[in-house]
Amino acid sequence: MTTNSSPKFNYLDVAYGVKSWLLTKDHKRIAILYLISVTFFFAVGGVFASLIRLELITPEGDIFQSENYNKMFTMHGVIMVFLFMIPAIPAVLGNFLVPLMIGARDLAMPRINLLSWYLYIIGGLFTIYAMVSGGVDTGWTFYTPYSTTYSNTHVIATGLGAFIVGFSSILTGLNFIVTIHKMRAPGLTWFRLPLFIWAHYAASIIMILGTPVIAITIVLLAVERAFHLGIFNPALGGDPLLFQHLFWFYSHPAVYIMILPAMGVVSELVACFSRKRIFGYSFVAYSSLAIAALGFFVWAHHMFTTGISAYAALIFSVLSFLVAIPSAIKVFNWTATLYKGSISYDTPMLYAFGFIGLFTIGGLTGLFLASMGLDLHVHDTYFIVAHFHYVMVGGTIMAYLGGLHYWWPKISGKQYPEGWARFSALVIFIGFNLTFFPQFLLGYLGMPRRYHFYPEEFQVLNVMSTAGASILGIGYLIPLIYFAWSMRYGKAADANPWAAKGLEWETSSPPPTENFLEQPVVKEEAYAYAKEEPEVV
Amino acid sequence: MFENFPLFPESASTLSGRVDALYIFLVAVSLFFSLLIAGLIIYFAIKYRRRSAQDSPKEIHGSLALELTWSIIPLGIAMVIFVWGASIYFSMRRPPESAMDVYVVGKQWMWKFQHTSGRREINELHIPVGRPVKLTMASEDVIHSFFVPAFRVKQDVVPGYYRTMWFQATKPGKYKLFCAEYCGTKHAGMTGQIVVVEPGEFQTWLSGGSGLSVVASGEKLFQDLGCVTCHKLEPTGRGPVLHGLFGKEVQLQSGETVVADENYLRESILNPQAKMLSGYQPIMPTYQGLITEEGLLQIVAYIKSLNAPSSTVTQEVSLK
Repeated sequence: MTTNSSPKFNYLDVAYGVKSWLLTKDHKRIAILYLISVTFFFAVGGVFASLIRLELITPEGDIFQSENYNKMFTMHGVIMVFLFMIPAIPAVLGNFLVPLMIGARDLAMPRINLLSWYLYIIGGLFTIYAMVSGGVDTGWTFYTPYSTTYSNTHVIATGLGAFIVGFSSILTGLNFIVTIHKMRAPGLTWFRLPLFIWAHYAASIIMILGTPVIAITIVLLAVERAFHLGIFNPALGGDPLLFQHLFWFYSHPAVYIMILPAMGVVSELVACFSRKRIFGYSFVAYSSLAIAALGFFVWAHHMFTTGISAYAALIFSVLSFLVAIPSAIKVFNWTATLYKGSISYDTPMLYAFGFIGLFTIGGLTGLFLASMGLDLHVHDTYFIVAHFHYVMVGGTIMAYLGGLHYWWPKISGKQYPEGWARFSALVIFIGFNLTFFPQFLLGYLGMPRRYHFYPEEFQVLNVMSTAGASILGIGYLIPLIYFAWSMRYGKAADANPWAAKGLEWETSSPPPTENFLEQPVVKEEAYAYAKEEPEVV
Repeated sequence: MFENFPLFPESASTLSGRVDALYIFLVAVSLFFSLLIAGLIIYFAIKYRRRSAQDSPKEIHGSLALELTWSIIPLGIAMVIFVWGASIYFSMRRPPESAMDVYVVGKQWMWKFQHTSGRREINELHIPVGRPVKLTMASEDVIHSFFVPAFRVKQDVVPGYYRTMWFQATKPGKYKLFCAEYCGTKHAGMTGQIVVVEPGEFQTWLSGGSGLSVVASGEKLFQDLGCVTCHKLEPTGRGPVLHGLFGKEVQLQSGETVVADENYLRESILNPQAKMLSGYQPIMPTYQGLITEEGLLQIVAYIKSLNAPSSTVTQEVSLK
């Protein structure tokens, strides 16, 4: 295959100055712009999380007023969901890697790609404006009629922020789909694609099909709030449950926008650090599509307690159990990949191990919520809070950090300090579990979510959770410091420091603007680590 | 040992044991799979750790038999949980016929209760032990959710609809009541308690109230608001006869038929033209804003009571 030994310039030093970044059409530079912006919003969302945990150390609401506490959990949710979790992996790692992995020069529509970042920033600015001008207190779910009629906070500005960011997500998804269809290197057939690409393809389908629905829903909400047109408020002739149906029609699949790319990352990590092709490649690939498709038909499992028809609930319950199966298939296949592998414990692999373990717990506790009779007890308690943080934080953020470490030499051309990185991975794993495991117990005991103050018997578990959150916070700070440090002081990385397979490793680190000096041609399957003939099982 | 570190809330309803049993089963399933996956990962990670940079493991493509195994077994377990959970859900959604009625109105940020006898309570609900209690709930403003962890039940109270739930307490005591759906500034303060007492004690407590019963209040409102001028006993009035209407299938002008249940009566009072009975003129004005949620519940209770001839024995039967 081609080796792109030493290009004259890499994408980072081809040009300097603010303009060369803000007007760039290079997918790699846009990925860096996204990296900086999502890191900023992650930090802001994290500050809100810390304040929430601080308030919950004691049963009384003694640090903040209820108004402000409610705004804090709302801003935490809005920022983390719309401005961090949804864009994090696709817009940073996906943006950087989709063209490199398929041997393309760039995404199919580089200008649209830059536009998507600007939309993201404008949406983010709207959200920040809403935040500094008084905040919003509806919860990230914006349930009606509270959000349209009763809340006195900046609902429309925040909603507009989410609305605009949604278009950035649609454009990214569209760009990925076109690129994956049209720009694969010669010889790179669908079943030779890295699973990272399959996962991003599946997530992109959800982005372009689901996001318009949340956009419409936000418009309807704004119209009712501003002009008192009865859509959701029964006092005006509307139906509050209509909002929940529309909201979850997007927001449940949105969970898969967050987790599918994470699963793609984990497939890459597991393959590289066990030097094996992913066991059951096609099952893992198809399970991404199965999740994307089934994920659109489970939304009303968020509504078992609302009094929807019991028979409708029955259908949504059984479909929710079905969507668990493709996730289980992935977990089993990753585990089986380790069998007879050559496993190293480099930092990215530690994150992959962490992901598989925590995602398994997150997935299994989803069964508790899909189960209608049990959901009536644990719905809207800390059980559900723990469940989705296991999936989102234990799953997506673990995979994001794992991926960031794995591709950091490619992105920055520098090595990060391995010792510190392993240490912080461990700190994050411990801190995470201490933060969120007690919340499962709290939830079953009956502590409702979004409570500013709570009965005394819940205090011990809340203190444990806050202690864990402090450890988790430190765990997240360490990588921030050493990644920044490595940009200047890190050892130079060579083209393929992990001896990994995949086209992105065949170009220099960091790659030249045009990615490959010669057009790569693919002659083998993904993850062709073995030198001998395949063993038949 | 677990006295100061409980893992389960108090169990005090006929359904709480069933919920706990399913929960314990799910915890066991989760433990099994989590430990299986974690165990395999740790075992493989140690056994097959990289020994030299030149390691080149043999390729294993996959195995259809294994894929089927780890799809079908989890699917089977999932279906068991599904059926189990659904059967509990259906029990929770279907109140027994003999249940005692209590009317509930949720508003920012309190729970208001009225017993059929007319006695009212706020943020505290007295019920007798061993008797099913059916709540008919309305919200004055936003969505609330009635949650009693010791009973393992929760029901959202959605404005614009009546929502019902039921439970049967199994032991006397005081149990926490929470609002579980975020409802604004003092959401965390929208709490209360369910006071479960012996039936005799409950009767004594109930007789301590004064004022009209719910049905009598409804009848008074029915007179005061002038409903009676059109809704008469004989079909000569301008509006439909309400005696015997509740629970019947009625023919609408659109050709559809609907069951005249609590939600239908509620909608027909607030928005009379939404589902017009066939054969009547759209002349009834809306009562939106003229009647409180409590008043509505009382009128609906009164209309329900019109189904039965005065004897209470036949009332039980006709409700079926």
